[in-house]
Amino acid sequence: MAPAMDTILDMRDVIMGKDEAEAAVATKARKVDRDQRTTVGVPFVEEPRMICREVNVFYGDKHAINNVSIDVGKNEVLAMIGPSGCGKSTFLRCLNRMNDTVASCRVTGEILLDALNIYDKKVDVVPLRAQVGMVFQKPNPFPKSIFDNVAYGPKIHGLVNNKTELNDVVEDSLKKAGLWNEVSDRLDQPGTGLSGGQQQRLCIARAIAVRPEVILMDEPCSALDPIATATVEDLITELKEHYTIVIVTHNMQQAARVSQRTAYFHLGDLVEVGPTDRIFTNPRHQLTEDYITGRFG
Amino acid sequence: MSENHQISTMDRVSVGLAARYRKERRFRLFGISAIVASLLFLALLLASITAKGYTAFRQTEVLLDVYLDPAVLDVHNLATANYAALVRDAALALFSQVESRQDKRIIGKLISTGAAYRLQDLVTSKPELIGSTRPIWVPADDEVDMFVKGHIPRDVPEAERRVSDKQASWIDQLVAADRLKLKFNTAFFQAGDSREPELAGIRGAAAGSMFTLAITLLLSFPVGVAAAVYLEEFAPKNRWTDLIEVNINNLAAIPSIVFGLLGLAVFLNFMNLPRSASLVGGLVLTLMTLPTIIIASRASLKSVPPSIREAALGVGASKMQTISHHILPLAMPGMMTGAIIGMARALGETAPLLMIGMVAFIVDVPNSFSDPATVLPVQIFLWADSPERAFVERTSAAIMILLLLLLAMNAAAVFLRNKFERRW
Repeated sequence: MAPAMDTILDMRDVIMGKDEAEAAVATKARKVDRDQRTTVGVPFVEEPRMICREVNVFYGDKHAINNVSIDVGKNEVLAMIGPSGCGKSTFLRCLNRMNDTVASCRVTGEILLDALNIYDKKVDVVPLRAQVGMVFQKPNPFPKSIFDNVAYGPKIHGLVNNKTELNDVVEDSLKKAGLWNEVSDRLDQPGTGLSGGQQQRLCIARAIAVRPEVILMDEPCSALDPIATATVEDLITELKEHYTIVIVTHNMQQAARVSQRTAYFHLGDLVEVGPTDRIFTNPRHQLTEDYITGRFG
Repeated sequence: MSENHQISTMDRVSVGLAARYRKERRFRLFGISAIVASLLFLALLLASITAKGYTAFRQTEVLLDVYLDPAVLDVHNLATANYAALVRDAALALFSQVESRQDKRIIGKLISTGAAYRLQDLVTSKPELIGSTRPIWVPADDEVDMFVKGHIPRDVPEAERRVSDKQASWIDQLVAADRLKLKFNTAFFQAGDSREPELAGIRGAAAGSMFTLAITLLLSFPVGVAAAVYLEEFAPKNRWTDLIEVNINNLAAIPSIVFGLLGLAVFLNFMNLPRSASLVGGLVLTLMTLPTIIIASRASLKSVPPSIREAALGVGASKMQTISHHILPLAMPGMMTGAIIGMARALGETAPLLMIGMVAFIVDVPNSFSDPATVLPVQIFLWADSPERAFVERTSAAIMILLLLLLAMNAAAVFLRNKFERRW
């Protein structure tokens, strides 16, 4: 199997030699020492929403993220892939400072949200997290009613003035999350009573009820069955119209389906960034190729 | 080869299988015998207490026809009138054949000194009765009570028995005349402590316990929960907080009498708070209960899934909002269980209260936090220490009441936990 794959890849290199320069880069990247990793591809975009420069993350002495620089473009879906423990979740959690809850975690470098350095001492994490929402790996609705789950964010941030507005926000968010038709007649029932896929969409509704600018999703479908996954993926595609989304996923098909750009992380390094279709059809770095062809991971 | 390998695996498994199951059976047997043994001891304890104590809920009373003599009862001076004389006259009137002074004195002693108080209460509340003859049930003396209940047996020699043959015959006369009966012992539930067993009640001790526990709960629950929330959610994890944690765990294991000595030194001698007061008792028990509540509350905060915390932080709740909106409600059942277990322990605590003077002989039912008071377990201790035979059954009866209160508190703990428990 493995030799056959190599042959195919070699053949592809030969066949695809459309762009001499690109091929040269790819070959060069394969030859460099595996320890010396500079990001391959263009991590920067023209209209960035978030700008990350030379971000390093340490858990105590452990260097979890090594000098990562990347932009997140406006209204795009950026997928972050990589083997377990590569730091993609850690990096994602830096984007709304969820890592602050980990006592031993230290972040250096710059992360800008619309020109504001979110790691500046003066920045308050509460409004930041209102701007950068998050959906977690495991659906985690509050043990409250469906309505209260969605209404919680708008309520604490004072985004609504009265009950009618709140009702509208809840309905709107549930509709955007594609859950309204399923739960509109039982909003007072506990959110924890929904199925896994519904719970995850409820969490998405809860995140968008605050009207954030960026939504971070940490493997949002890892606990869902294929049908629920498809629903959530459709939802991500729709949400892209209004929001910037960064999604961490182990599922490469998912990354290919929903994202415009893909970033491949490996052991704390950002190995390669590029348009999703290019990454999956023509990875330039050996590690990226090995990962997406399933040689490890 | 692979088949060989499989067979050998199966063989080996089945060789060990019997031993594995044997082990399991043995363990189950141990478990069941441990439970049976503890249940047996519990049943033994409850049975012995109930057997000894249930008679205390009934008290021998004697029906006297008391002539409310206007010569003795001055309407303007009812507080100081000689009610005891009226009771004695009424008692003597039942035994017209008795002549000697000595016998008359013994007859007077068949009736409890409490009879005079009962008479006084009646006359004070209804002065218009003066001049008439009223049939009144009054408590009999504790030895009569013991004799009637069979705790003083008839078949031992007269010299070895607290009730003489003559007294026994008088008692029999009264029973025959339907003038001596076992009635529900209201004094036991309505009176404070007394030197006379037939007049002693647990109301004073129960009220003292209530005041003490109220102080303990009001202070230890908020302080304990606040301490737990701070230590668990806000405090940095460093050498100081480690030290504090170790010390809190140690405090939970300190003998309670040490807290009593601390209370004596600080609350009484230094702060000059009133001696024997339930206020001080509550403060001392607060010190004792706090570590328990802090430990239980921290454990219950820790058990809130981190996903809920992240969810709240993720939508931009501040730390305080995360705690008060999500963490505390979820941790509350566990905290309440901890608090009620701490309270139950405080309810049964004796030693530290001895140190701050709550062991004093206090007749009045306390009305406020600063009144001298005692508590149920101390009352049990005091009665168990008394020589009168009648206090034995009262001790057991008080224990039954205490156990009932504990049972009620534990039931409340279970109820609260089930009521507030949420699934996630």
